[in-house]
Amino acid sequence: MDITPHDRAPGDETTPEARRDETLAGLQAYLIGLGLSLILTATSFWAATTSALWAPGVAIGLVVLAIAQMGVHLVFFLHITTGPDNVNNVLALAFGVMIVGLVVIGSLWIMVHLNANMMPSATG
Amino acid sequence: MTTALTISHGGHGVPPGPSMDGPAPKRIVVSYGFWIFLLSDIVMFSAIFATYSVLVQATAGGPGGAQLFHLSTVAVETACLLLSTFTCGLMSLAVNIGHRAATYLGGAITFLLGAAFLTLEIREFAAMIAEGATPERSAFLSGFFTLVGCHGLHVTIGLIWLTVMMAQVATKGFTAFVHRRLLCFSLFWHALDIIWVALFSIVYLMGAR
Amino acid sequence: MLGKLSWSAIPTHEPIDMIASGLMILSIGGILIGITVKGHWPYLWREWLTSVDHKRIGVMYCLLAMVMLLRGFTDAIMMRAQQAFAAGGAQGYLPPEHYDQVFSAHGTIMIFFVAMPFIVGLMNFAVPLQLGVRDVAFPTLNSVSLWLAASGALLVNISLVIGNFARTGWFAYPPLSELRFSPDVGVDYYLWALQISGVGTLLGGVNLVTTILKLRAPGMSYMRMPMFCWTALASNLLIIAAFPVLTAAFAMLLLDRYLGFHFFTVGHGGNMMMYVDLFWVWGHPEVYILILPPFGVFSEVVATFSGKPLFGYRSMVAATLAICILSFMVWLHHFFTMGAGADVNSVFGIISMIIAVPTGVKIFNWLFTMYRGRLRLTVPTLWTIGFMITFAIGGATGVLLAIPPIDFIVHDTVFLVAHFHNVIIAGVLFGAFAGYNYWFPKAFGFTLDEGWGKASFWCWLIGFYLAFMPLYWLGLEGMPRRMQHYQDLGWQPWLQVAAVGALVILCGIACIIIQLVVSIRTRDRRRDTTGDPWNGRTLEWATPSPPPMWNFPSLPQVEGEDAFWHMKQLAREGEGQPAQPAAYGPIEMPKNSPTGFITAFFAVVTGFALIWHIWWMVGLGLAGAFATTLVFAWRDVAEMEIPAEQVASFYEAHPAGLLR
Repeated sequence: MDITPHDRAPGDETTPEARRDETLAGLQAYLIGLGLSLILTATSFWAATTSALWAPGVAIGLVVLAIAQMGVHLVFFLHITTGPDNVNNVLALAFGVMIVGLVVIGSLWIMVHLNANMMPSATG
Repeated sequence: MTTALTISHGGHGVPPGPSMDGPAPKRIVVSYGFWIFLLSDIVMFSAIFATYSVLVQATAGGPGGAQLFHLSTVAVETACLLLSTFTCGLMSLAVNIGHRAATYLGGAITFLLGAAFLTLEIREFAAMIAEGATPERSAFLSGFFTLVGCHGLHVTIGLIWLTVMMAQVATKGFTAFVHRRLLCFSLFWHALDIIWVALFSIVYLMGAR
Repeated sequence: MLGKLSWSAIPTHEPIDMIASGLMILSIGGILIGITVKGHWPYLWREWLTSVDHKRIGVMYCLLAMVMLLRGFTDAIMMRAQQAFAAGGAQGYLPPEHYDQVFSAHGTIMIFFVAMPFIVGLMNFAVPLQLGVRDVAFPTLNSVSLWLAASGALLVNISLVIGNFARTGWFAYPPLSELRFSPDVGVDYYLWALQISGVGTLLGGVNLVTTILKLRAPGMSYMRMPMFCWTALASNLLIIAAFPVLTAAFAMLLLDRYLGFHFFTVGHGGNMMMYVDLFWVWGHPEVYILILPPFGVFSEVVATFSGKPLFGYRSMVAATLAICILSFMVWLHHFFTMGAGADVNSVFGIISMIIAVPTGVKIFNWLFTMYRGRLRLTVPTLWTIGFMITFAIGGATGVLLAIPPIDFIVHDTVFLVAHFHNVIIAGVLFGAFAGYNYWFPKAFGFTLDEGWGKASFWCWLIGFYLAFMPLYWLGLEGMPRRMQHYQDLGWQPWLQVAAVGALVILCGIACIIIQLVVSIRTRDRRRDTTGDPWNGRTLEWATPSPPPMWNFPSLPQVEGEDAFWHMKQLAREGEGQPAQPAAYGPIEMPKNSPTGFITAFFAVVTGFALIWHIWWMVGLGLAGAFATTLVFAWRDVAEMEIPAEQVASFYEAHPAGLLR
């Protein structure tokens, strides 16, 4: 079966006929991913529980940390990179992210308005 | 299908590109299809997420997140899932070099960590229900149980799938079918962890404050 | 033991229901007995029910759509008849609770079980052929999708005989659709039927997107794809993005109804507006899911019958993708009046109006394709021209409705009803019929009768204007939609005209059936022996009609846009690909599989059991579905080899088609 040089499967860390050194490289990527996400997770939990930080900033910080960690997972676990062989996978991801953004942000914006205008007693 | 194809290169001065090569190999087709399916699954989660966010204040006089969530449990759950996604990655490395024992080991550890996560989550749910914080209590709790429960349901499906795949490795060995499915499984499992990142950050960490 | 199910679920006290159920049972029973008597079951099972051939699956999708069109149209004509009579003090012949079921079923069926399967069927049939490949990415999954769609349709039809259907309108807004206000099984039928068919639609979307992005003939770059493939890509991307939201919204409503959750309830903090929001997050992309593939059909038809390449191909691609993205940013215009502030309303209103721009680009491109072409006024061309004129009116009223102040005046009136029928009938349905007439000879090897085809077109066109133009006027007069009866006698003449329009459309449907019957009976003298009856431009016309299971003996090498046109030119000049390859090789094709049919069987069992709260049967159905999946997953051989001799003998018997 041909492996076209322009295309690769999402999640593929190596070519199927992996050699030992490729496996080692793969292991290295997973270890880096694990390390980074452990650090990010720990930071999130610390930020959420500590009182040392300015409270209103924590929510934004948590969102940033979460997005960073999702990026780490995508790159090191799902092997979604910016390489030319990954264009289709990244485009699909970008489409998905755009839809998620539209759905979540649009819905929240609309619902805030509806709540403000139609439900004066707030929690209803 | 259409496997016996040679790669042809464009012709007539058009530079060869990924879109000119003819049908992609089955492995790429299968995992790309599954990748798209996963994205649609994430869109589904986003709809539930949006609903939860809208309803998070609607406690109807019942308990809110600050009273209910125990971050220590969530930390252990997170650790389980994160480690399991790592061992799942190791398993796929073992699959790629066709190492059977390492595959079983990776699969078993992934399964155990996933099962531990699920057990913790069920215990958390049971404790909340015992306190009277049931999904029928308020819209917030309906949203919480559905959002977190939907992720838990996905983990359950993942565990069943992993079991079936281990049985397939045992009975069939590393056939092309099994290879492709294990690739899809690892995509699925990593994606679940990405969803969990959103869950613990926004539902638990923000909700517990 | 049987949950909520008892003998009282059969509506013996309602004569209209009983007659309808009786007719349905008799006709289905008659067909089944007929098949049994003639001994066609083995053939049907082998060649159709278990088929994973994208062409046959496409044909079956279209058949499902046409059968359900009859059901949906019956509902339509019942409503028109009711409103023609029930003026002043008169109550008509349909009591309110029955009338409410009729309009709910009409909307649900027409959107989910007529429009969707029709366009999915056309895409399934034509896209792999146009891409120059042998099948879709996941052939067995394709069969699963088809049969899940059929399961949903079956559940809706079962509701006619056992229990009742929803009375909530086709969008089932809470709190009316909550258990407290709709305690019977009607809403459950609606929800489970759509959940099951929705899963099928989603899987079908994944399948076609993967096919278009990953499986194309060598040389078929994105910018060489036929326009229909582009619109199919956009439509299926929208399916993948939108249907999960519907699944989530329905799942939450089901949790409310079954487990006492409080997502959309009154009280306990529930927020019914969240359902409205999520429903239209799906609902607006849905109308573009429906309309984009017909835009592709019209593009193919216009180019083919004008004998010219499509004008402005690149702008057409850009317009398609722009519509694809914009369609996800306008959903609030379905509920302008429900309380959002002026800034939200204006943003969504303006984006809604902007969608008219790429759509206008398309209309002009079609016009310029016809300009100075040698337009042949065939049946598909007629549908296309009828579409362009009528759809422009629908688009204009759509822009009106996108202006929030105007929407405040005419929302929830029959003006809206007229608008969306204007775009869905004149857009989607006309497109589906154009595609049906266009690809029929490819699918079956003989052309459809022109005379009856033209008659059907004129009946539909005239009937449409008679039936819906009065509704625009009545909407401006302030007539609300969904009225079982009304007081204002001044409305009655308009509604009687609309009823006459429905009768003319009925003639159009009759003409389509007659056209099919006449064409089948005279098929011997209308055989398409060339494989290219219309002098087509795309690869599906390069094969014999009907194409062999493998579509192409070897995948074509694509050299430019309008691949087949290019090949024909080269052949005329005596160069290019050799007409006859030296020898045929064996071809590997996916094996037929009963997985789809059996999965759907268990889906119906599970759905029915859930609707009636028969929990043991739910377990049985789910276990059956899981077992089916396991058995399928354990297969070792997914493909069969078609020997070279069989391929060769096929082409000996079918001496047509350039690619052979």
